Amino acid sequence: MSQSIIEVKGLSKSFGSHRVLQGIDFTVEPSQVVVVIGPSGSGKSTFLRCLNGLETAEAGSIRVCGHALVEQGKMIAEDKLDALRSEVGMVFQSFNLFPHLTVLDNITLAPQALRHTPRKQAEEEGRLLLKKVGLEHKADVYPGTLSGGQKQRVAIARALAMQPQLMLFDEPTSALDPELVGEVLQVMQTLASEGMTMLIVTHEMGFAREVADVVVVMDHGMIVEAGAPAQIFTAPKEARTRSFLQTLLSREASHGA
Amino acid sequence: MDLDFSPVWESWRALASGTAVTVEVTAAALLLGCVLGLLVGLGRLSPQRRIIYAICTSYLTIIRGTPLLVQLFILFFGLPHFGILLPAFVCGILGLGIYSGAYISEIVRGSIQSIEKGQMEAARSLGLSYRLAMRKVVLPQAFVRMIPALGNEFIALIKNSALVSLLTIADVMHEGEKIISVSYRSLEVYLAIAVIYLVLTGATTMILRRTEKALRADGRV
Repeated sequence: MSQSIIEVKGLSKSFGSHRVLQGIDFTVEPSQVVVVIGPSGSGKSTFLRCLNGLETAEAGSIRVCGHALVEQGKMIAEDKLDALRSEVGMVFQSFNLFPHLTVLDNITLAPQALRHTPRKQAEEEGRLLLKKVGLEHKADVYPGTLSGGQKQRVAIARALAMQPQLMLFDEPTSALDPELVGEVLQVMQTLASEGMTMLIVTHEMGFAREVADVVVVMDHGMIVEAGAPAQIFTAPKEARTRSFLQTLLSREASHGA
Repeated sequence: MDLDFSPVWESWRALASGTAVTVEVTAAALLLGCVLGLLVGLGRLSPQRRIIYAICTSYLTIIRGTPLLVQLFILFFGLPHFGILLPAFVCGILGLGIYSGAYISEIVRGSIQSIEKGQMEAARSLGLSYRLAMRKVVLPQAFVRMIPALGNEFIALIKNSALVSLLTIADVMHEGEKIISVSYRSLEVYLAIAVIYLVLTGATTMILRRTEKALRADGRV
């Protein structure tokens, strides 16, 4: 029996009296690329952040990479959480590169600190990762000198340095100028084609259609529907999916895109 | 009015040795203050650890809320009542360090909180523990932001160190008083002492400014 990379059952969470997530059931299989879409405030990002323990769940259970993360609403101990996180790569909307470290040091920090990889080896691997995202010539500069697209590509390389089994992307292109979105999506597409398991919250519908194996539509903290991109985009079952896609389409039309 | 600086020149050795004592006391107190400030500042960042938080907050409240002179006298004249007899020099360093630590802790806490939340999240997401993330990612950035405020605190500490002359410590202030007691040239001696403090604080400002500049180079934030 092949084991799911992510298994979520009955996940719920509130911020104060506002219920952000209301009983989510969800699985991701190895090498699947799952794209989560939905209107803003639908709980997509919170859901993603629950999967590496950046947000604490209140009820339900989460298993990630074969380990329990949340069991009946209770988070595992801090040290186990750290170990689990090192197997899950996270890419943020705002990049969150470490500005006091060079690009290469951003990438080698975690392998050196956590896996005790010798500096030389970590740097060699780091340079390979930079090459993969097309930025080997930027190894020794500080992040402050990079464009948004370059920063996000470094952030992806940084996450890959821990050789994660799963990559989470929280609106990776939303903070980018339109002309820089392509370079980041391209790196993600390469990753997907190499068989990386990926969960992506995004508004890039073109990317979702092309790369995703499964598209998940969220609204009001619930999964409205999930399916292959062809089905979701051309023949959505749910009225809420249709109205969400409609507003997106009309917005794109009004922007002349 | 005639100014006569000859008593100052004649006892330059005493003033120089007093200045050395002032620098020693201040430097040691600074070190103690920084260590205390860092620990207390970190301790006050996590209110969920109630006991540590309560201890740190009480320390801050008491030390900031009472005069330094009173604290020094309690150490120097009060502790012997409990059989704890510390040399004046140690009392001076302890008193100044503990006092300064309270203010530094707030500087530490403030600069750590000014670092974007995403930095800690990114570090934790890579699998770094809270401590490791703090040490490798947050503190190095927070430190650069602390420098201007630390500069103010260091200068205050240098000036406050004049109070330890009242604990019989032979700092520059104390040496000055001795010169006055035999020469009666108070204005001249106090002016000389003022200049010495000015040089000490000026040098501190310059060193910190250079440090900050060096740390902010290369497009680092």
